[in-house]
Amino acid sequence: MNNGMSPLAQNHLHLTRRHFFGKNATGIGAAALASLLSRDATSAPVTVGSRFGGLPALPHFAPKAKRVIYLFQNGAPTHVDLFDWKPALQAKHKEPVPLSYIGDRRFSTMTGAVDGKLLLAPVEPFAQHGQSGAWVSELMPFTAKVADDLCFVKSMHTEQVNHAPAINFTLSGGEMPGRPTMGAWLTYGLGSETDELPSFVVMTSISKGTSCGQIFYDFYWGSGFLPSRFQGVKLRGSGDPVLYVSNPNGVSREMRRGWLDDIAAINELKLREFGDPEIATRIAQYEMGFKMQSSVPELADLSNESRETLDMYGPGVEEPGTFAHNCLMARRLVERGCRFIQLMHAGWDQHNSLTTELYKQCSDTDQSSAALVTDLKQRGLLDGTLVIWGGEFGRTPFLQGDIENRAKWGRDHHPYAYTLWMAGGGIKPGISYGATDDLGINVAENPVHVHDFQATVLHLLGINHEQLTYKFQGRQFRLTDVHGKVVSEILI
Amino acid sequence: MRRFSSRHFGFFVVSFLICLAYFNLDLTAQDIDFDSEIRPILSENCVFCHGPDEATREADLRLDDSAGALAVIQPHSSNESELYQRLVTSDTDVVMPPPGSNRTLSSSQIELIRKWIDQGAKWDVHWSFRPLVAPSVPDTRDRSLIRNSIDAFVQAKLDQSGLRPSPEADQRTLIRRLSLDLTGLPPSPEQVDFFLNNKAPDAYEQLVDRLLKSPAYGQRMAWDWLDVARYADTNGYQGDDERTMWPWRDWVVHAFNSNMPYDEFTRWQLAGDLLPSATDEQILATGFCRNHMINGEGGRIAEENRVEYVMDMSETMGTVWLGLTLNCCRCHDHKYDPLTNKEYYQFFAYFNQTPVTGGGGNARTPPILPVATKSEKQTAADLNEQIKRVATKLEELADTLATLQPEWEQQARRDSSRMIAWKVLKPTEMSATHSQLKSLDDDSVLSIGDSVPANDTYTIVGQSDLSVITGLRLEAMKHESLGGGSLARSDSGNFVLTELEVARLEQGSEKSIPVKIASAEATFAQGGFTVSDAFDGKADTGWAVHEGGKVDREHAAVFVFKEPITLQPNERLQIVLRHDSSHNAHNLGRFRLSVTDASEPKLDDANAAFVAALMATSEERTKEQLDLLRNRHQESSPDYMTLKAQYDQLSKQLGDLNDSLPKVMVMSDRDAVRETFVLQRGLYNQPGVKVKAKTPEFLPSISGDATDSANRLELANWLVDPTNPLPPRVTVNRIWQQLFGVGLVKTTEDFGHQGEMPVHRELLDWLAVHFRDHGWDVKDLIRLIVTSHTYRQSSRISDPKLIAIDPENRLLARGARYRMPSWMLRDQALAVSGLLSGVDRGPAVNTYQPAGVWEEASFGNKKFVQDTGEKLYRRSLYVFWRRIIAPTMFFDNASRQSCTVKSSRTNTPLHALLTLNETVYIESARALAELVLQSPTQGDSAKINEVFLRTLSRTASMEEQSVLLRGLERARNQHAKHPDEAVKLLSVGESPRDETLDPSEHAVWTGLCLAVLNLDETLNHE
Repeated sequence: MNNGMSPLAQNHLHLTRRHFFGKNATGIGAAALASLLSRDATSAPVTVGSRFGGLPALPHFAPKAKRVIYLFQNGAPTHVDLFDWKPALQAKHKEPVPLSYIGDRRFSTMTGAVDGKLLLAPVEPFAQHGQSGAWVSELMPFTAKVADDLCFVKSMHTEQVNHAPAINFTLSGGEMPGRPTMGAWLTYGLGSETDELPSFVVMTSISKGTSCGQIFYDFYWGSGFLPSRFQGVKLRGSGDPVLYVSNPNGVSREMRRGWLDDIAAINELKLREFGDPEIATRIAQYEMGFKMQSSVPELADLSNESRETLDMYGPGVEEPGTFAHNCLMARRLVERGCRFIQLMHAGWDQHNSLTTELYKQCSDTDQSSAALVTDLKQRGLLDGTLVIWGGEFGRTPFLQGDIENRAKWGRDHHPYAYTLWMAGGGIKPGISYGATDDLGINVAENPVHVHDFQATVLHLLGINHEQLTYKFQGRQFRLTDVHGKVVSEILI
Repeated sequence: MRRFSSRHFGFFVVSFLICLAYFNLDLTAQDIDFDSEIRPILSENCVFCHGPDEATREADLRLDDSAGALAVIQPHSSNESELYQRLVTSDTDVVMPPPGSNRTLSSSQIELIRKWIDQGAKWDVHWSFRPLVAPSVPDTRDRSLIRNSIDAFVQAKLDQSGLRPSPEADQRTLIRRLSLDLTGLPPSPEQVDFFLNNKAPDAYEQLVDRLLKSPAYGQRMAWDWLDVARYADTNGYQGDDERTMWPWRDWVVHAFNSNMPYDEFTRWQLAGDLLPSATDEQILATGFCRNHMINGEGGRIAEENRVEYVMDMSETMGTVWLGLTLNCCRCHDHKYDPLTNKEYYQFFAYFNQTPVTGGGGNARTPPILPVATKSEKQTAADLNEQIKRVATKLEELADTLATLQPEWEQQARRDSSRMIAWKVLKPTEMSATHSQLKSLDDDSVLSIGDSVPANDTYTIVGQSDLSVITGLRLEAMKHESLGGGSLARSDSGNFVLTELEVARLEQGSEKSIPVKIASAEATFAQGGFTVSDAFDGKADTGWAVHEGGKVDREHAAVFVFKEPITLQPNERLQIVLRHDSSHNAHNLGRFRLSVTDASEPKLDDANAAFVAALMATSEERTKEQLDLLRNRHQESSPDYMTLKAQYDQLSKQLGDLNDSLPKVMVMSDRDAVRETFVLQRGLYNQPGVKVKAKTPEFLPSISGDATDSANRLELANWLVDPTNPLPPRVTVNRIWQQLFGVGLVKTTEDFGHQGEMPVHRELLDWLAVHFRDHGWDVKDLIRLIVTSHTYRQSSRISDPKLIAIDPENRLLARGARYRMPSWMLRDQALAVSGLLSGVDRGPAVNTYQPAGVWEEASFGNKKFVQDTGEKLYRRSLYVFWRRIIAPTMFFDNASRQSCTVKSSRTNTPLHALLTLNETVYIESARALAELVLQSPTQGDSAKINEVFLRTLSRTASMEEQSVLLRGLERARNQHAKHPDEAVKLLSVGESPRDETLDPSEHAVWTGLCLAVLNLDETLNHE
């Protein structure tokens, strides 16, 4: 670095940088850095070990998980075809839905009245797997192999029947945009373990050729009323992984370094003259930007991954923008101290493509989801990393479409019962929790509401969900609104 | 309470001192101030359970009003006051707040409560709900830094805190600050020079006036209003369709520039359509209400959407004019403010009269207003005028022609023989191999019989008096007996005519001479069953007419003979129709045959109809036939047709113009009043008690009882009524926020009990009264604020004590210093580099954006097409705002998804990367470098000064010079090693560069300019 520069000039710059970012803990730059990562009107900054920012009172107790990888299956995977094995549904294939199961439940306008709708058997057989004997569909052979590492929650239920409100509800606790999402809350509360990468990262993917993808709205990773620096940073599947991370054509890293040093030097003069601590923050902000310019490409460079690892994640792993690639990136982000990684994969909305696109969806996600769990485990990272796999609701155990036309079978939205799985980070492995009725229509035992799930995630990260609040428009808001109960039965 | 970390030196000290400062103030004060000291404690810790919400109120105790509180307070005696005793008791069963409530009072807060009770427990309604009365302007000891009453209020407070105001900022800082604040653009070096050289005592005031008159003023003011109005160029949600609301945006700019009084601005936007004889402009203004998102997702229930839209309109009104968060009351009474659930729906009722149904995702959902420019309006008027003139002439000519009609018909009849006329061939013999054939009155033939044969062959014999026959016409006709009005007795009503054979039949003998068919045409033929298949000699091909579903229209085919034939007196014409296809019962059900002597037989139904009309007697003629004849007559007149062509052309022009006009969604009310109900839990399908439009109890009323006829205009009038204390306070605060980066009340969005109690409350009230009583004059208000010493202070922190005592500058002992909004940074870069476009209206533009951003967000449904040329350099106000994925070059901005009165201001590394790497910044740096390199100033040092002058309105200091001179030297060395890189850098952005400049040197200066654009001072309002 700095080749061709006079030794004197180099020394000056080193001094400048050391002055700001050296080991000297009282250096104004270090303080500014901490404040950059943490400060806002209601929280004082902390720097604990390698932690940047966060609220001083957090964690409230010793966390089991330090990081979260949320494999969000956008569009709602069908629980009765994948994980929730219902022999009765198989037996009663083509029979009308018993209305006693439905009551006054509301379905989407696509279904309307349930009267006369026919039950539809799972499209593929199920089998039991592992020591735990978990039932998993043949559509998910790789997930089946890691079943003993997973905890299936089969009694999830939600309040929303359309995608966007239900996804908002799952991620932010409110059905309308405007509340902070889980990743924003966690970054706000717990700060970051890296100053070289964003702490809350989002990656999206969609099955190729799918006809049932739902748009990814940016409020799915929004910070709501929390300061906008807590919002998720999108790692993109094409172009710059992070928007504007690359220097313009014709500007080398060395040239950029030089001008950044000049900017810092002039800002330092300004700081001396003006005394505004925000100027120190600015200096730190630019320095972090520079670091990110090398850490982001390093993150995206898979050349040091072994062939064995790459193969484990499956086809497409080396192609940015695929679910497999994103899963591997999630592991790499975890290794680099990222707090919350949200993958969103679209295409599960099989209203009329259960016998076609469901197969594609499963083959696109099954292998890499399982590989991620295995990879984290092999590297000793699973204990501290909570992995979540699931969507915004389930799908109707009854048919949408024509029973005689198998090629167009589908299932509609079903908020009353669905399955998700969790692994690592303090979750009991190899168990199933909760159950639906014999047809998979309603929760029959140990219901887990979305707010309960959220409370449990926060708990695993050492947070009392009732105490992580933020005052906005005169009210203390929290992720779980005024509800939520930790599901202690699934905790180690 | 704030929490401290000893590891963080700066903020620990700051927070600690600020506490001490206020603490000291409290303890030495004569009286405890209820508003600033007691109410916040009660509101934060007690009112959630003991507040206005009756449904959740505990122990029937209310601590948000004095009547309620007196139940547990004995004024002058804390010992006898249960409120106090409950705070200090050690009994965990009765202590308040209850353990586990996540709320605690500090000992100093409890002590304050004790003192307040002992001093008599003075209580008043919440400050912002009190009538708005101007406080008297305080006297201050030292009047040397007082320019107007604002300074008197500010400095009186500073006196109390033992602080002095900062000196005035230097002239260069002031003109940059003022220009950015009032126009969003930095001053040019010439403007700076002019200001510095203007020795008039009111040079500053002249500058203020010049800036307020600049068209850029309205653009600057409009940005914040667009955030407030959740303005965007698309609907949001799944479809995210493009709308054309931009004429409303241009109207906002115009309204600010023409300094429309704010009360009128309010009335027009909320209820312009209801003003007496509302003008288009007044209706256009109501686009404000319609800027909400529209959800066109499949499966959504229309009424659910509609209710959401009406809630959005009501809540936006509440935030913008009342500074209240109405949305809390969707489901229940407000937890802190005296606004009930029922009152929420009373507000809702005002907007509930919209004719919008909520169905679909039309981005131009009526009511809409087409908006034309002046010249478009002129064009339309001209066209209408011309159309009227031509229409008159047409009518006159039509009258003349009408008198000539009988004569023309007579001639036409004479000529009709030359037209193609089909003569029906009356069957003399007919037979079928399977069914029976029956002749109907119109000489058509119907196939009948109990059974429906799979195949059939018909033979028809007829005679014609035509001397020559050139072709045969076959009509396939509908009949009731054919599947209820189809063409055949097959399931689909379709037929397959596999062969049609024509022959001359000699009477008395069996001799027949085949007539060859040369060509044919049909009204329709289904794929694979063309009409030529009916005379190809093959039994497995044929003509058929299936179009999907049951065949339900008639068809015809014309078969042209190879040679014209002449029937001898003893000859008849024989036609054989074969139906030999594999399709069951696909036999013509009813048909008619005609022949012609036309030289070129054609399938010409129009002419046939015409001839028929012509031949009918005037009594027989139907209306259609009369019209047909009149039209044919008119068409025969060249004069008429010329006029008609003119008329059509003009009408098309007018139609095209109307289609091209942007349609702005606006407000109107339904004729029939829609009833409004409290919606339980805010759900559209859970109506509770019925309510009528009415303003809430806790604010002064101007209309008395609720009536069905109360409308939005009354609501708007109520908002700007002099007795309403909130809108002036809220509005003045928002303007203050625009100029100081933070409002006098920091919680711009919340003036309720949980909002910030302003340090300078008297100042806010005084300004609000001034604003209200001086005609709601926005420019006057801004002039007043920016000419105060308070505004003109230096933002330099001269005394470190200042930042310790008042880190957030709430006391205003110094000027405001903060990072400018991202849109202003972009405009600044374009302005200093000379790239900025002056186009200030019209459809939004797509400026630079990295490839694939829209596509990735929309699965490729939304293709981003970047504009070119001047459009790339328009002000940020004109950049296309896609709601599902906002323009990527802005950060910390309102999402434009819901009403936002305060944007966040954060600093992340991503922001630094943006202003370092985004195309506009690099291109601006390149253009700025070009300006400086082209300028006559000589030498690096002078050129660095020029960059500074253009960017920061000042020259560089010696130290800055030395840093940047070294930088130039370094960059020159670097570029010398990589000469090719320079051109790459200079190729960023689409504006052409001066190729006479040395690329390396240009690139070096581009690097320097980009660095200057990224200096903290450049990024800051200083």
